[in-house]
Amino acid sequence: MTVAIDRATGKPRGERGPRRGLSQRLKHGYQKHWYAYAMIAPVVIVLGVLVLYPLVYGLYLTLTDANSLNSARTIGVNHIDATYKFIGLDNYADILWGDTAYDRFWSHFIWTVFWTAACVTLHYTIGLGLALLLNQKLRGRTLYRLILILPWAVPTFVTVFGWRFMLADGGIINSFLETLHLPTPLWLEDTFWQRFAAIMVNTWCGVPFMMLSLLGGLQSIDSSLYEAAEMDGASRWQQFRYVTLPGLRSVSSTVVLLGIIWTFNQFAIIFLLFGDTAPDAQILVTWAYYLGFGQQPRDFAQSAAYGMLLLAILIVFTSFYRRWLNRNEQQLAI
Amino acid sequence: MTTTTVENPVNEKDSAKPAAPRQVRRGENSRRTSVVSHGILIVASLIALFPVAWLVFLSLGPDKDDYLHPGGIWKKMTLDNYTFVLQETKFFDWLTSTMIVTLGTTLIGVVISATTGYAVSRMRFPGYKKFMWVLLVTQMFPVAVLMVPMYQILSEVQLIDNYLGLILVYCSTTVPYCAWLMKGYFDTIPFEIDEAGRVDGLSPFGTFARLILPLAKPGLAVAAFYSFLTAFGEVAFASTFMLSDTKYTFAVGLQTFVSEHDAQRNLMAATAVLIAIPVSAFFYFVQKNLVTGLTAGGTKG
Repeated sequence: MTVAIDRATGKPRGERGPRRGLSQRLKHGYQKHWYAYAMIAPVVIVLGVLVLYPLVYGLYLTLTDANSLNSARTIGVNHIDATYKFIGLDNYADILWGDTAYDRFWSHFIWTVFWTAACVTLHYTIGLGLALLLNQKLRGRTLYRLILILPWAVPTFVTVFGWRFMLADGGIINSFLETLHLPTPLWLEDTFWQRFAAIMVNTWCGVPFMMLSLLGGLQSIDSSLYEAAEMDGASRWQQFRYVTLPGLRSVSSTVVLLGIIWTFNQFAIIFLLFGDTAPDAQILVTWAYYLGFGQQPRDFAQSAAYGMLLLAILIVFTSFYRRWLNRNEQQLAI
Repeated sequence: MTTTTVENPVNEKDSAKPAAPRQVRRGENSRRTSVVSHGILIVASLIALFPVAWLVFLSLGPDKDDYLHPGGIWKKMTLDNYTFVLQETKFFDWLTSTMIVTLGTTLIGVVISATTGYAVSRMRFPGYKKFMWVLLVTQMFPVAVLMVPMYQILSEVQLIDNYLGLILVYCSTTVPYCAWLMKGYFDTIPFEIDEAGRVDGLSPFGTFARLILPLAKPGLAVAAFYSFLTAFGEVAFASTFMLSDTKYTFAVGLQTFVSEHDAQRNLMAATAVLIAIPVSAFFYFVQKNLVTGLTAGGTKG
């Protein structure tokens, strides 16, 4: 590597001042930053081995017709080599516009988007409402706060079973509805009510996190701002609109993004609430799991392809979200 | 998250429905609004409490169909389910595997990511932005994206149905997660401390190890709690990668009470309660730090 090469390629050098040669720059950069690189090295190695390698391997699998019958496997002492073959982008084409693409992908896609939007909206509005209530001088608010975070404290896989007992036909919810002479839907069997129940359970699980985050945000808003607003004769609504909401901006943008990512990828609730009994209430994540691990033969290639599509959707969404935040001069708190 | 009272004039008045465009002057209606606030909070608390309380109640009924006629439980309340779960099921096997997997994940996650959190908090090196972007993107990985390749790779190296395999899988999410969390915490430690250390002749590693790390203990603890809870509650990988029922974690073991033909709901409820009580206690103990850790930058305002 010589100085001449750098000049000869005539690469645009957008940075300030005349630059030294490449090797010197590398050396300088090495001396200046080697400890930063040494410090991030463990994580880089872990990400490389445990994330990047499987990701690339998964990407390769999506271009094949791998399933549990033609993959490498060991039966007893016999090792059978993989026999799947490369089929290019057929999996993606099949998922997106194959024969029954609507039933397999698009219907789940629409439901997933609706599910995410509905859940995050409910999480945020209920969480904000409760945070505002808890941010008042109120007798016993520490106790309220402790009770209200209970759904977050109990592991999801435990509470979902509690909900299953309640939602079962003949369970407490339907018995209660019956005494009120209201219709008693089949929560765990009928598609519409399955979806309704899933959103309800997820809302119940997700509100405490929003509530606590927003409460933290509310408590960091300078109270003199409210005094000033009151001096200027701002109404309660105006104070909320022009002091509270802007004060919560960076917390809100962060928790909403996290909420969207978590809800979109929410596996445990739907998986544990319905098992295999609700093909139409599956969101894309649980559907991808079903394809890869819930049926025989296991369709590894399609499942991995769903995974890639999901990741792509989230990355595109997050990029736009961040750009939108930057344009509004908001920042992400993470 | 503190519980200290914030001197906030707006809150002394009606905050029950702050979104409503009502013109209420200070002091006016304060009694009625506090009643409304209490009313909403009590209803919300009941909704938060009920499913868990119901689970506890059902766990006391001896029969597996008691959940259908809960009124009968009052007459025959018993702790038999608990004795049975503790003595006759694989509860303690599950406890062991859950502990091995969660503690292993936590330890590796925190140890590996500590220096990285410090580096991205203090140093701006070429590739910094891309690296942060990678850390963020790994938070978005749906379960489905790594599951198939991980399954194939782990079965190649014979790590399916193996604690180490599951720990490695969990590390793929907790390591970047911990690095993010710790960056947030290190950001709150004044830079002057680093500068003082450097002036006194410490290397960046020395500054980190001798000055910053001892100050960052609460941050490390938050990262450890998060890894612990993440690994504890994970369902998908644990259900698929652990095959023998003595190696199940709680998240998988709990499902075994409900099979296609039979559901031992009473035992399941008792097991759920046994799992939930220590974890919830632990959670209450740490919860104040959890949200602060996650949104450290934002709540500073």
